Amino acid sequence: YCLQMLYTRCRLGESQSFAVNMFKGQINPSQVFPFPSVLNEEQTQFLQELVPPISKFFEEVNDPMKNDSLEKVEDSTMEGLKEMGAFGLQVPTDLGGVGLTNTQYARLVEIVGKHDLGVGITLGAHQSIGFKGILLFGNSAQKEKYLPKLASGETLAAFCLTEPSSGSDAASIRTTATLSPCGKHYLLNGGKIWISNGGLAEIFTVFAKMPIKDEKTGEMKDKITAFIVERSFGGVTHGPPEQKMGIKASNTAEVYFDNVPVPVENVLGEVGGGFKVAMSILNNGRFGMAAALSGTMKGVISQAVDHAANRVQFGSKIHTYGVIQEKLARMAMLQYVTESMAYMISGNMDSGSKDYHIEAAISKIFASEAAWEVADECIQVMGGMGFMKGSGVERVMRDLRIFRIFEGTNDILRLFVALNGFQDAGKHLKSLQKAMKNPLGNAGLLAGEVTKRVRRRAGLSTGLTLQGSIHPELSYSGDLAVNAIEHFGVTIENMLFKHGKNILHEQFVLKRVADSAIDLYAMIVVLSRASRSLSQGHASAQHEKILCETWCVEANDRIMKNVRDLKSNSTTQIFKNIKAISAAMVENGGTVSPHPLGF
Amino acid sequence: MSRVLVGVKRVIDYAVKVRVKPDHSGVVTDGVKHSMNPFCEIAVEEAVKLKEKKLFKEVVAVSCGPAQATETIRTALAMGCDRGIHVEVTGKDYESLGPLQVSKIFAALAKKEEASLVILGKQAIDDDCNQTGQMTAALLDWPQGTFASEVEIEGDKVKVVREIDGGLETIKINMPAVVTADLRLNTPRYATLPNIMKAKKKKIANMKPADLGVDIVSRLEVLRVDEPPTRLAGVKVETVDDLVAKLKESGTI
Repeated sequence: YCLQMLYTRCRLGESQSFAVNMFKGQINPSQVFPFPSVLNEEQTQFLQELVPPISKFFEEVNDPMKNDSLEKVEDSTMEGLKEMGAFGLQVPTDLGGVGLTNTQYARLVEIVGKHDLGVGITLGAHQSIGFKGILLFGNSAQKEKYLPKLASGETLAAFCLTEPSSGSDAASIRTTATLSPCGKHYLLNGGKIWISNGGLAEIFTVFAKMPIKDEKTGEMKDKITAFIVERSFGGVTHGPPEQKMGIKASNTAEVYFDNVPVPVENVLGEVGGGFKVAMSILNNGRFGMAAALSGTMKGVISQAVDHAANRVQFGSKIHTYGVIQEKLARMAMLQYVTESMAYMISGNMDSGSKDYHIEAAISKIFASEAAWEVADECIQVMGGMGFMKGSGVERVMRDLRIFRIFEGTNDILRLFVALNGFQDAGKHLKSLQKAMKNPLGNAGLLAGEVTKRVRRRAGLSTGLTLQGSIHPELSYSGDLAVNAIEHFGVTIENMLFKHGKNILHEQFVLKRVADSAIDLYAMIVVLSRASRSLSQGHASAQHEKILCETWCVEANDRIMKNVRDLKSNSTTQIFKNIKAISAAMVENGGTVSPHPLGF
Repeated sequence: MSRVLVGVKRVIDYAVKVRVKPDHSGVVTDGVKHSMNPFCEIAVEEAVKLKEKKLFKEVVAVSCGPAQATETIRTALAMGCDRGIHVEVTGKDYESLGPLQVSKIFAALAKKEEASLVILGKQAIDDDCNQTGQMTAALLDWPQGTFASEVEIEGDKVKVVREIDGGLETIKINMPAVVTADLRLNTPRYATLPNIMKAKKKKIANMKPADLGVDIVSRLEVLRVDEPPTRLAGVKVETVDDLVAKLKESGTI
């Protein structure tokens, strides 16, 4: 997946993405400072009108516990959501949708995330990925034909990529599309698993492979194509709803395609360009997850705080105890970072940026793991009450588990973040290599690059600064971030020098690089947000300042540890040990060491 | 029988914990969540239902206040009102705006718009005055059906079932009339996103009290606002004699 992702990406010119540049040890502030404010007055006013009715609906009509125990969204709630217009939030208004921008969509999805992730996935599987392909790649005939009914919720959509033998390795799917002899339609054959809305959808975005003639070599190669498939074409069946740990209200089912005739007009995007379509769809919808989860965290944090502020033990309210204070504070920081990432990315997307894939991946990884931790700690703060069904938090926890798995497992996305970063840094180094071949003609460039490296390796600053971008009250944290970027840049280069192209296989390295990248982006995002609050004199600005400073100090520590680990020899040994332990376990079918008792 | 006028008031949201300002001049409103008065929501719902039954042609939503009052009018438009009127009152004038002035404004508008029916919430949850409907009717010399839990149009008359302390009272009054909505009159609908979008195209006219010839000078001055006293702990007593002794002690008997 990662390799193909990289090979299909063609970058023209200098990237404006902060994440891309940080891998090169550079700071490009254009997308991160100041914190984006992309809604005009009309859009803001409109959004403000939408929030109360949606909140009210979720507070008063939707019953998450009922949905969870029924393992479906109550019929009356589904009807209410359709009337509400919730199924076509980003469809243009002239096709029957609400026409929201990404930022507006994020704000509404936050409300859904706060109340019921099962409903969130039903809505998200429909519009965030189910028919997003039509919005992004559909021609006008396809849009006019399908979008109105999808927007009203008359028809539901589902995204069909995963197969029994193809999860993370999406490029290996086996569903086939064969052109009929008359050339008017394709016959689809295959089976997909774990399809959200699989049992409910009328319209499916299906990915299938077909042999395509390679233009350069003339040989036939299997390539993926995306199709819009209607259940009414015939041959489409589905299995019973899967019984899951969480998001039980969301329908998940197997979908089978048996000689389904799909008209050639229903090819979505280019023939053979399906992989790119799939990745674009997933990439485009990722910010929604961070937004929804920031809402989820807000919800459970309120419950934790309410409990801590009222529960008395040992004579005092438990929020007066340091252990509880630390839990609450960390929960707040994780939510603050997630929320900041969500709205920074949606803001960048609304401003027209096409270069946000690394940041989107980072936000998905961060949000899903932060939300899991926050829900877990909420249960801990609430004690036995947290464990009880009645409190509702255990349901949230069960709902959250899948978010680290679907839409790109966090493990794969970490590799993606790291490899993407390495590829860009590598290109940069390559261009330097070329310049080296003509040193006199490139003297200025080379001198600058040499000085920069010499200074960095000596631990000296190279003049990189965030001054002017961040509020002066945050300058210490800003310095930490700059220092971290410098060290990070050096580490990336060292890893490239050490491993070259084989970096692809060094997953222990890639994971640590990704973790550092995530922490770095998180630091920048909160610096930007807190700076804006301080500049605008918000009442909460001082509180945000300490959230930001605390986060930056700890994130910096983690980054520095990763940087040290990647240099040290003892970690190389650890990696070797890990490999050996794992190999032995596989050979033994489980744990290896014999029982302490000998039997 | 063509037009209904509905009054909607922007108040602090019912779920918010209200706090008194440190100078005791009022309550904190800055940065606090506001929404449509719940009884006004019920009034709007009733007006829209009557229009949907084709008993009236147009529902006009009216609000008196600063710029933010238009948000409340838009919510009414999203619920189905046809157009809005924003009577602009700001600053100190707004702080001292009460039922008498508002009822003068509504009376003037009811005449100007030739309304057959004026529906208001029975009271606002911020001041609990329960006066505007009654005063409006008196100023117009129109009949009033207050605390309505049921409203039925019968020709040129309105049958109103009123919730009163003793139970329910049913009256029949001539139109034009003023009705005030009580809790059980109906369940307000949710504004849906498509309706909110449609509401964007509906018109909100802007005017000042002076344009209606209304003097909004207040005859009341708020001296001080305090929180209700914190509830003190009770005392348990063992016998009736103890109880009598304690009551005597506290001066209650």
